Amino acid sequence: MLHLSLFLIFGAVAVAGAINLLVQRHPINSALSLIAVMAALAAEYLLLGAEFVAAVQVIVYAGAVMVLFVFVIMLLNAGEEEHTKGSRVAIILGVPGMLVGSLLVAWTLVRQSGTSELEIGALPGAPSTIGWLLFHDFLLPFEVTSILVLIAIMGAVVLASKPEQTSEPRKEA
Amino acid sequence: MVPLSYYLILSGILFACGVLGFLIKRNIITIFMSIELMLNGVNLSFVAFAAHWHALSGQVFVFFVMVVAAAETAVGLAIIIAVYRTRETLNVDQVNLLKL
Amino acid sequence: MTPSLHLWLIPILPIIGAAINGFVGRRLTREASASVALLFCGSAFAAALVIAARFSTLSLPHVEYLAHWIRAGSFQADFAFYLDQLSLVMLLVVTGVGFLIHIYAVGYMWDDPGFYRFFCYLNLFMFFMLTLVLASNYLLMFIGWEGVGLASYLLIGFWFTKDSAASAGKKAFIVNRIGDFGFLIALFLMIKHFGSLNFADVFPSVSGMGVESAGAGLLTSIGLLLMVGAAGKSAQLPLYVWLPDAMEGPTPVSALIHAATMVTAGVYMVSRSHVIFERAPMALMVVAVIGTLTALFAATIGIAQTDIKKVLAYSTVSQLGYMFMACGVAAFSAAIFHLMTHAFFKGLLFLGAGSVIHALGGEQDMRRMGGLRREIPWTFWTMTFATIAIAGIPPFAGFFSKDEILWRASRVSLVYWGLGVFTAFLTSFYMFRLWFLTFFGDYRGTNTSAEHGAAQDAHGHEDHGHAVHESPKIMLVPLMILAVLSLVGGWVGVPASLGGGDHFDKFLAPVFHSTNPTAEAQGGAPEASTEVPETGASRNQELIFTGISVSAAGLGLLLAWLLYYRRPDLPQEIARGLGRLYGAVANKYYVDELYAALFVTPLVDGSTRILWHGVDQNVIDASVNDAADGARHVSDTVRHMQSGNIRSYAGWVAVGAAVNIAYMVWMGVR
Repeated sequence: MLHLSLFLIFGAVAVAGAINLLVQRHPINSALSLIAVMAALAAEYLLLGAEFVAAVQVIVYAGAVMVLFVFVIMLLNAGEEEHTKGSRVAIILGVPGMLVGSLLVAWTLVRQSGTSELEIGALPGAPSTIGWLLFHDFLLPFEVTSILVLIAIMGAVVLASKPEQTSEPRKEA
Repeated sequence: MVPLSYYLILSGILFACGVLGFLIKRNIITIFMSIELMLNGVNLSFVAFAAHWHALSGQVFVFFVMVVAAAETAVGLAIIIAVYRTRETLNVDQVNLLKL
Repeated sequence: MTPSLHLWLIPILPIIGAAINGFVGRRLTREASASVALLFCGSAFAAALVIAARFSTLSLPHVEYLAHWIRAGSFQADFAFYLDQLSLVMLLVVTGVGFLIHIYAVGYMWDDPGFYRFFCYLNLFMFFMLTLVLASNYLLMFIGWEGVGLASYLLIGFWFTKDSAASAGKKAFIVNRIGDFGFLIALFLMIKHFGSLNFADVFPSVSGMGVESAGAGLLTSIGLLLMVGAAGKSAQLPLYVWLPDAMEGPTPVSALIHAATMVTAGVYMVSRSHVIFERAPMALMVVAVIGTLTALFAATIGIAQTDIKKVLAYSTVSQLGYMFMACGVAAFSAAIFHLMTHAFFKGLLFLGAGSVIHALGGEQDMRRMGGLRREIPWTFWTMTFATIAIAGIPPFAGFFSKDEILWRASRVSLVYWGLGVFTAFLTSFYMFRLWFLTFFGDYRGTNTSAEHGAAQDAHGHEDHGHAVHESPKIMLVPLMILAVLSLVGGWVGVPASLGGGDHFDKFLAPVFHSTNPTAEAQGGAPEASTEVPETGASRNQELIFTGISVSAAGLGLLLAWLLYYRRPDLPQEIARGLGRLYGAVANKYYVDELYAALFVTPLVDGSTRILWHGVDQNVIDASVNDAADGARHVSDTVRHMQSGNIRSYAGWVAVGAAVNIAYMVWMGVR
């Protein structure tokens, strides 16, 4: 009972945030809605006992990634969305396609999952256990992702830096 | 006691919203945020399944997804900044030089 | 065991000459080129003479196996050569007359830029003809058969830059091919029923079969089909139309191929297959009928021709008709006898005509000749010999052979004999007409006839100009040799009724007697009774018939003398009086036009409209073009997908994902 009501509350917040992201015209509003979604999801993780993941979600995702988003929006001074001619294909084909796809998936899921139920705090994921896994079973992916992050850092720095002034422009012949 | 399918449907709804945002929105940054939304939805289903099968690797995988998403965000936003510098616009419909 | 005669050398020597002239002839001098050609042809002739000298020591038929060729299941055909009396006669005629014509051609073609090419083709022809004559199975003979057709095409169209020559070559080859189709079907029938094409297998098998009653049986079919092939190659009705057109080729070609050797291949083939024909009376009758009708038909056309070579061409067709008439009454040795004498006098006639044409600087129309006997005496005298020979006046060669044929034909049916005598009258008439028009009377041409007989061997080819001059010795010597042969050539076959020994017939007897069926439906006495019991009655009858045919020849001479010497204005009046009839004859009965309308035009039109426009352009080309167009249209449409717009890409991805998911769900549900 408790589990169900908590799940529904936080689920509602997540869905509302998602819809708000779609509806808002100014990107900063969308960004803030997304933060709300992430927070709600962190609560959902906690309901399932994934403590470490929930913490990381708030710290990294909502706290770092979304902040970066907000920084960029403010840096670029993004304004409200313009109403330009969009792509017909996207609307006419894409949306129905997506709807069909998701309905199919939903239908399958409902059929297959049956009545299996999850309890509150079903699988406790303490940092120690997660850490143990990370450094034993998943050591290679762990190290590789650290390199990936390094590369991403370097890439981001290069891409976003101002282009250097090259030598004086060549005279036209 | 929440049935697993509820979690999965919630995850699906979030994912669908992400796709919808990708298709409908015109601002590059908003599109990028829709991608993040999709990733979050997927993360939720991972955690739900991990709880269902009592396999902690599900949660570890969520961890990795977040790391990759962070890296991707960093690079992607850098690209958007570079595009903004040359194109002076954040409207994705106007970034269409790669057409036949 | 008979030692090998190396028969294979005889065809191979000319092909070596052909190869030399063909590959390096362009770099050789005229003298070298000519020497090569004459050397190899002459050595083939020498080899034939050697064989003739040793002939009596051989056991016949003499078969020599050279090399393995086709072994396919139970069917076997090898490169093997066959020598018997018939082959020897053909061999001597082909190599002997061929050699003489080679010599003549050196002089005739001296100024032609394609000199080496000519001799290459000529030697090539000799190779194929000798293969045909010496082959010991029908398949090798067919190779020679086709090869002489090819050589004929190459030589008729020798001056291929002239449209008419090229067309004539094509016509010859195509009409020949029609005959070859019949020949091929006959070969297939033989393979099916006898399992082999070797003479040594087929002929004994056929001998074991009885005589077929008139009607379609296996042997009748084979015989008729073989006759189709012979009609094509030897220019009989209805496939004779190529021979007059073949006169576009140089005169030595006409002499060699279209008088002496190639066209006689059909006669040779029918004679070689005599065991088949003797057992198929219906086929035999068809052969005789075709031969007789052709002889008459061609002779009637010949009397109205104005081109000297065309007269000779129709004459050839007519004389070949005589040979087939002889085959048709199972008088095969008489046919071969006439073949031999015909090679002599017709070869001489063509070479002489070439000499006349050469003397006049290219003129071929008899209406513009006349009175040439003073200018070119040697040519005149040799052609006189040949004309008398062909007319069938004793003691020249043509008389004996033609008379033999007429006599044997009369034994079977007086109709054949009657038509044959009438044709002999026509032959004599048109040949003496030619003689009178060319050599007597006033000169009606445009050349200056300044030089007299003094220009016998003086020869300035450079100043061809407009002076009528005699041909060089190199062209005259073969004429003289052939003239002598036209006189004495018949003396080997003087029949018993006239006091001779009938040597020729006796010589060929082993070939044609060996497999005689006992029951003979056609005309009681086949070859075996050449030695007709010399009852007084039949001998008298033979003498009477001989007298009649000689007088027919004399009548022809008289009529020609009257119309073309005494009263040269008469022919025009007669022609005008006969009006349309004369017109029909002069236009060769419009046969060419008929064929063109019946066969050629529909074929060409049909081919153009249906096969070219319909199939080639509208189906094949169109499908290729449409495939390309289709690809272009599809890609034109599809390229719009790459719009550079990210959202449309996302749309497509969503659709694709949906399809994928649907598929997986469907697979899972099944």
